[in-house]
Amino acid sequence: MKTEKSTCACQKDTDESTLLKRLDVVIKEYREKSGALIPVLQIAQGLFGYLPEVALKRISLGLDKSYSEVAGVVGFYSFFSTVPRGRNLVRVCLGTACYVRGGKQVLEAIKKHLGIDVGQTTPDKLFSLEVARCFGACGLAPAITVNDDVHQRVKSAKVHEIINSYRTVSRAKAARQKREKT
Amino acid sequence: MPKVTIDGTSVEVPEGTSILNAAKQAGVRIPTLCHMEEVHAIGACRVCVVEVEGAKTLAASCVMPVADGMKISTHTKRVREARRTVVELLLSEHNGDCQVCDRNNDCELQALAHELDLKSIRFEGLKTAAGLDTSTPGVVRDNGKCIKCRRCVAVCGQIQSVGALFPQFRGFKTVIGPAFGADLDTVACVQCGQCAAVCPVGAITEKSHIAEVWKALDDKSKTVVVQVAPAVRASLGECFGMEPGTLVTGKMVAALRRLGFSAVFDTNFTADLTIIEEGHELLHRLTLAVKDKKPVALPQFTSCSPGWIRYMEYFYPEMLPYLSTCKSPQQMFGALAKTYWAGKVGKKAEDIVVVSVMPCHAKKSESERPEMNDSGVRDVDVALTTRELGRMIKQAGIDFNALPEEGMDSLMGASTGAADIFANSGGVMEAALRTVWEVVTGRELPFLNLHVPPLMGLSGIKQAEATITGTLPAWSFLEGVTVKVAVASSLSNAKALVDKIKAGEVSYHFVEIMTCPGGCIGGGGQPRKTTNAIRQKRINAIYREDEGKKLRKSHENPEVLKIYADFLGEPLGKVSHHLLHTKYGARQRV
Repeated sequence: MKTEKSTCACQKDTDESTLLKRLDVVIKEYREKSGALIPVLQIAQGLFGYLPEVALKRISLGLDKSYSEVAGVVGFYSFFSTVPRGRNLVRVCLGTACYVRGGKQVLEAIKKHLGIDVGQTTPDKLFSLEVARCFGACGLAPAITVNDDVHQRVKSAKVHEIINSYRTVSRAKAARQKREKT
Repeated sequence: MPKVTIDGTSVEVPEGTSILNAAKQAGVRIPTLCHMEEVHAIGACRVCVVEVEGAKTLAASCVMPVADGMKISTHTKRVREARRTVVELLLSEHNGDCQVCDRNNDCELQALAHELDLKSIRFEGLKTAAGLDTSTPGVVRDNGKCIKCRRCVAVCGQIQSVGALFPQFRGFKTVIGPAFGADLDTVACVQCGQCAAVCPVGAITEKSHIAEVWKALDDKSKTVVVQVAPAVRASLGECFGMEPGTLVTGKMVAALRRLGFSAVFDTNFTADLTIIEEGHELLHRLTLAVKDKKPVALPQFTSCSPGWIRYMEYFYPEMLPYLSTCKSPQQMFGALAKTYWAGKVGKKAEDIVVVSVMPCHAKKSESERPEMNDSGVRDVDVALTTRELGRMIKQAGIDFNALPEEGMDSLMGASTGAADIFANSGGVMEAALRTVWEVVTGRELPFLNLHVPPLMGLSGIKQAEATITGTLPAWSFLEGVTVKVAVASSLSNAKALVDKIKAGEVSYHFVEIMTCPGGCIGGGGQPRKTTNAIRQKRINAIYREDEGKKLRKSHENPEVLKIYADFLGEPLGKVSHHLLHTKYGARQRV
């Protein structure tokens, strides 16, 4: 199964029709397989950086699933987003372990630092903020992720340091290169 | 076979039987708000919990299969308390207002709360956000009342292959509805109303048009006429406590007259007319195909069921040329009432209001189609469901059970048994065969009692074939031709059949499709609840109505003969083409 390569919006430089053509190839590859919807949505989100309506409708028709069903799956998983995200995606885990070890406070600190609410993107398009239920990193609680980097035992007082380290494009690029290597 | 004990009664049931169904055999009714026999058992509502001896937790009896030796108790203290808590929790979220709810006194949640003797609700919290969706002509949704049982999701997705309704979002914010919580008009919905037929509460209902009918009846400048679909006579009695399958044709006519309609007419009249037009259309297509060897769209699909029309427009637009061009009987009636009948009684089309009573939500949508105004004004002004008529009769204080039997008014009120059976899956096909066979051979359809047994009953897809012999000279080119027909009811069955036809796996000359399982007798606008047993009772009633008539073939209807002589001229003629036939167009699915 292909997984999402990147959640950032930098690939949006590629124009929509090119991305839709790539999506068509993916749909064709998956259409006969059972349980195709979620992997196709993941790949689509990787391509577009989010799940635009045009892509969801293409998936609905291509996989012969009703649009309401596609939307239902997209809306169920917090992983999926139907709005464009910033260059960096910050996810705060509010699963049980993280919650009891201060995840809520970490979230509040990040909200305050970025000046945005959950589901929003900073005006400079650098950061989007989301919450998640369990990364499977309960031993590292409270955990957050920025893009694909997991940050463990995060302290509210130190969140600005983590966030600021992603403010330069080079850091994000470096992080991506590191990911691609591994 | 596993043996189990339920509340002390031993029963033996087949392997895999749910506790809920085993309990029925033991004479124990377990309440549920989400279960639908043969369609939907997902343990969503948790009302059906029971105690299984030795098990740590309570089990949802609709999804828990029995095991040999199981000892089940359905009303222990633990079960009673759990059930009570579940219903209280549902009610604590339920954003309803019983007295002004469409389902007052007909609500499964209300009935269960009463049965459990709830006097107060212990839990206080957020109510589900109210969200009234009146975006479509036939179906109204209110998410605030929804208890998320997902019955509508099951019928819309599995039975109808439409999938307009699906759980959206998550947790407390979950709503059952169209994509991203938008209104129903943003997705492909065929307006069949099967969702409303199975909804346990008032979250999905028909759009009520009762007020419009009263307003028209109060307006002395209007002449208000009514037409009643065949299926209504076999179900309206249920609104007044009668056994399903009670025929109430005569009382229904009497009630409509007492409501104040100027004339009480029968959609059966135009059902007979449909057979003449659609039968000749089929013969025309067969002539082109067999005699002239020309490419022609076969099989011909019936076009009476407006949910099916919308389904074709959304999901199979490439197949639209295969649909009969005939309007549905409802729309034929409207167009003729405002032209033919208007002329006979010296009225103007704009002064006539045509009300129809249908077992259907999609008929509301059909009556609003912009092209359905061939009389110069909107052909059918208001379409009511069977349930709405039942309510109007109650509002008028009419003692339905005590009414005398009365007959339909003439000119558009006579019908044959062939028209009655339009209500049943397979009926349109049988009616068409009764006429087409006789046109081609000059003899009666050679089946017992004019029925075509393979086309009767509740099977989702049915087929039959007959080889034509002894043709009249004009139809000699059909001599020896084996006519193949198929019938499907419910859109998932229709989809399965159309896919096979498209793939070339099967071929037919004529195909009948009804949107709702079992045909119109199981329509979305029929009295709740419709189960297979009730469908079968209504089907039997309709066949009784047919068999009780002297005239059972559409071409023998004296008023149909009269309208051709006085007004239409000939089948498929110029006037017919203008008033009785139509075109369809593709719709965007997403």
